[in-house]
Amino acid sequence: MSDKKRKQKEILFKVWGYIKKYRMLVVLSIAFAGIVVALTLYLPILIGKAIDYIIEPGRVDFMVIRGILMKSVVIAIITAVLQWIMNTINNKITYQVIADIRKDAFERLQILPLKYMDGHPVGDVVSRVIADADQFADGLLMGFSQLFTGVVTIVGTLLFMLSIHPGIALVVVCLTPLSLLVANYIAKNTFSLFKEQSVTRGEQTAYIDEMIGNQKIVQAFSREDIAMEVFDECNERLEKCSLKAIFFSSLTNPCTRFINSLVYAGVALSGAIVAINSGGITIGGLSCFLSYAKQYTKPFNEISSVITELQNAIACAGRIFELMEETPQVPETENAYVLEEAEGNIQFEDVSFSYVPEQKLIRNLNLTVEPGQKIAIVGPTGCGKTTLINLLMRFYDVTKGSIKVDGMDIREITRGSLRKNYGMVLQETWLKEGTVFENIAMGKPDATLEEVMEAAKGAHAHSFIKRLPNGYNTYLTEDGGSLSQGQKQLICIARIMLVLPPMLILDEATSSIDTRTEMKIQEAFGKLMKGRVSFIVAHRLSTIRDADVILVMKDGDIIEQGNHEALLSKKGFYYNLYYSQ
Amino acid sequence: MGKLLRFLKGYEKESVFGPLFKLLEATLELFVPLIVASLIDVGIANRDLGYITKMFILLIVLGIVGLAFSLTAQFFAAKAAVGFVKKIKHALFKHMEELSYAEIDQLGTSAMVNRMTSDMNQVQSGMNMSLRLLLRSPFVVMGAFIMAWTIDGQAAKVFGLTILGLTVIVYGIMLVTIPLYRKVQQKLDGVLAATRENLVGVRVIRAFGLEQAEKEEFSDKHGELTGSQKFVGSISALMNPLTYIVINLGVAVLIWQGAIQVEYGILTQGAVVALYNYMAQILEELIKLANMIVLLTKMVASGNRIQNVLEMESSQTFPKETDTKGCKDMPHIVFENVSLKYGGAGEESLSNLNFGIRKGQVVGVIGGTGSGKTSLINMIPRFYDATYGKVYVDGIDVKKYKKEDIRGKVGIVPQKAVLFKGTIRDNICWGNPEACEEDIWKALRIAQAEEVVQSKEGKLDFMIAQNGRNLSGGQRQRLTIARALVRKPEILILDDSSSALDYATDANLRKALQEMEETPTIFIVSQRTVSIQHADIILVLDDGEIVGMGTHEELLKFCEIYQEIYASQFKKEV
Repeated sequence: MSDKKRKQKEILFKVWGYIKKYRMLVVLSIAFAGIVVALTLYLPILIGKAIDYIIEPGRVDFMVIRGILMKSVVIAIITAVLQWIMNTINNKITYQVIADIRKDAFERLQILPLKYMDGHPVGDVVSRVIADADQFADGLLMGFSQLFTGVVTIVGTLLFMLSIHPGIALVVVCLTPLSLLVANYIAKNTFSLFKEQSVTRGEQTAYIDEMIGNQKIVQAFSREDIAMEVFDECNERLEKCSLKAIFFSSLTNPCTRFINSLVYAGVALSGAIVAINSGGITIGGLSCFLSYAKQYTKPFNEISSVITELQNAIACAGRIFELMEETPQVPETENAYVLEEAEGNIQFEDVSFSYVPEQKLIRNLNLTVEPGQKIAIVGPTGCGKTTLINLLMRFYDVTKGSIKVDGMDIREITRGSLRKNYGMVLQETWLKEGTVFENIAMGKPDATLEEVMEAAKGAHAHSFIKRLPNGYNTYLTEDGGSLSQGQKQLICIARIMLVLPPMLILDEATSSIDTRTEMKIQEAFGKLMKGRVSFIVAHRLSTIRDADVILVMKDGDIIEQGNHEALLSKKGFYYNLYYSQ
Repeated sequence: MGKLLRFLKGYEKESVFGPLFKLLEATLELFVPLIVASLIDVGIANRDLGYITKMFILLIVLGIVGLAFSLTAQFFAAKAAVGFVKKIKHALFKHMEELSYAEIDQLGTSAMVNRMTSDMNQVQSGMNMSLRLLLRSPFVVMGAFIMAWTIDGQAAKVFGLTILGLTVIVYGIMLVTIPLYRKVQQKLDGVLAATRENLVGVRVIRAFGLEQAEKEEFSDKHGELTGSQKFVGSISALMNPLTYIVINLGVAVLIWQGAIQVEYGILTQGAVVALYNYMAQILEELIKLANMIVLLTKMVASGNRIQNVLEMESSQTFPKETDTKGCKDMPHIVFENVSLKYGGAGEESLSNLNFGIRKGQVVGVIGGTGSGKTSLINMIPRFYDATYGKVYVDGIDVKKYKKEDIRGKVGIVPQKAVLFKGTIRDNICWGNPEACEEDIWKALRIAQAEEVVQSKEGKLDFMIAQNGRNLSGGQRQRLTIARALVRKPEILILDDSSSALDYATDANLRKALQEMEETPTIFIVSQRTVSIQHADIILVLDDGEIVGMGTHEELLKFCEIYQEIYASQFKKEV
């Protein structure tokens, strides 16, 4: 418990780090809030005074009343203006803090190691950056301002009430905690009901997700009736526990309102008695007291919900900070070398690697690649072919040994310059929202249209791009929009054609591409590879028989290594693979 | 949304009593200022302690009765809302199960799931709130207005104007801000998409060293969002200050008029206090109403979306009983001039297919992406209806089969290997609920999945997580094959089902299939010629048309497209 509290404190401290920048605005907002509350409370007093001058026929002092009423209107206007400014300031702080936090989070994402991205579902990270940031800022800042005005209102009302009549004020003070107690009691007792509801609802959602999400299969196997039965059973259960949870939680409002009406009646009674016996309170005073009695209890009711909201906000903030405090990738050394144009000598020296310490994947790999050589990586699905790409591009660092490019350990080269020397085409194509031109020019943003067209022609992409509605200016929505998988791949190849780096990493397309596009892609690959070091992740053995070195991978490790003939004569794993095709 | 209200049937009592009790409670509340007024005018003026006590007790009694009313109202409202949604959920789930593949495609599964979940929640809380509050707030406002009228006609005018002014402000601001908020939401969606894109494309971004450019782009996009947020925020921040001014102006005028009326002896001091109290009640209720309207618009939007799905009619109807009169001498499966055009598509996905398959034959279906392979096999269990032409199974038009009968003949292994939460046994039994232990193991053996199951803790009782997350792609695929086999289908369809299997397993699977005792007619859809080259007959599809039909050897000789496909996979050997 105290551990949790300490953590909350820590988070709040970090939050302050973001708000600090706007502390002038915060102070202003608080000051305005104080004034607004005070004025709001003062108005009923004015009205009460005015009422005191309306006693009976012949005893109405119009002059005084007019003065008071004018004053009240002026005060109302001032209050309104201040309130608007305060709201606007609060908005500004909220949205600015969200923007700052998101920006920092996004920047952190750019330097986090790939390990983080690979280990966390995209949806999870996105929801931290977007939804959590929103909830946190809304909840925290709005919560604080509500909490603050709530407390000021309570204190202010109390003071005003005391100033009008301490005795009656005492009645209010004694009765209000009752409403808090009731609200608390209900909240505590409904918690388990809510939990039951959310568990059952979660179960139902999961079931809907499965059955409706895979409705075609349900129908193919004629499982409709069974699915309906299971669903109905769950639906009945959910109805029962939902009813309980909703009903019992909706008790809070009527119950606290009942207590409030008790307070109200109490004030009326005690006020009337005081008025009769000692005349210590005027009619206007009593009317003002009554309106206070109503106001006074409201913040109490709100505070409990504000506190839950605040805790939720802190939890959200915690999730974002967790992301922002992830260890970034190993920073580059100060005198890291900038690799200009590599020749293409690549050496793996005794390389070992694993994603998790207890599971060694690549063990003591030694490999020398000379300029212009073609290296093929083969193996069954899921054997870890991408691991090698991760190491070459330095998306991950080796656990032991070293990889050298032109004789230099890649850890001593800047990441940017190392990666620029590789042209990478992955099987999972990725296009950015933007025009076709922008997508091809990704590696060279200042390329001219001619250059881009030239590259597209080289990749056999020109003919289909030409036929798109706006040619090279066709805007592609997220993930390539309506382009086919093969077309997307061709654009990715054109992207590399444009920059023509000295070393290549090509991930062959799987079966989801039709044969004609497939042949075009192969041809484009062939063109790219001429005179360059290339690593090819191959799915079809027929295309890589002329490779200089074939690495055969299984379960993450490289189990055989050599050229086609050598591997065949070995009659090992490669031999089996080759002849099963 | 309106049409959904029919689901309140069976909850008529609750849906009337909920609001009714709420109104009763509100009525009681309206009496409070009157009681206080007479407490002042009679009790205090006459120094009548007995009267004062009586009024006090009356206030308490009102409170207790009010509490009882409101609890009753909450209960009925909750019951009606929960029951209402339960019924809609049942109806929608059932309806979705009756939709044909064509409608499922049109809707999209994620939309269907959303209709069943988040939209339902929205409707439930909206309904609950509506039953409780929708009538209450206007009622209190009108009630306060009428009460004011009974006290003083002059004052009622002030009330009327104030209510009008408040309504104009509240709805005016909502009218302006709702479309603006929608724009903010769009921009937020844009920022979300940018974050997503950045994460998905992290490898490419880093490969090109584009981190800095990404940061700048994000910052720009977010700047726009923040700008719009501030703008719409400053407009909606006007709501409270403006209503505050109006209500206080109203109060000032009210008091001033009250003063005049009192001077002429028309009103008492207590009455003025009462009028003042009614004014306060109006403000409170109007604010509640504004919040309520926001919730209501959301509910109506959700309700309409649900209703739209419910109104969608299945494009297929199945006869109650299979018409057994058929042509006995037809081959097992016959396609006669079959064409298929999907709803909304411009071109036909299948054009004029004609072929017949004999019982027990192995049929290979090959062709590029989008050539219509999956469409073709989907016609056999009647997942889609032919736009032209007919499909016959056992000499009977598939449209004359009872739904369960035609589906029962077919065991299908879809492209995407989907398994469900439950044991391996449960999942296999999807294919055949009556399958015995032996049947299951036999199916597993043929599907090359025996090893997979043996290696799992609990064997057949191993719990598969939702979507089969705790199995690899290849394992899932093999289990889905076993699921289809345990049906002992007359027709087995493997829709590119060996893509996640390595070559050796794929080959073993094909061999085991051919060695089955009662060999079904088998359709193998594939992109790889190796997977189908031993088939009795191969259908080559291109752009929805059959461009070649025959054995591997025949096609190699005469079918250009087949040659091309083969060549692309065995370049050097041709």
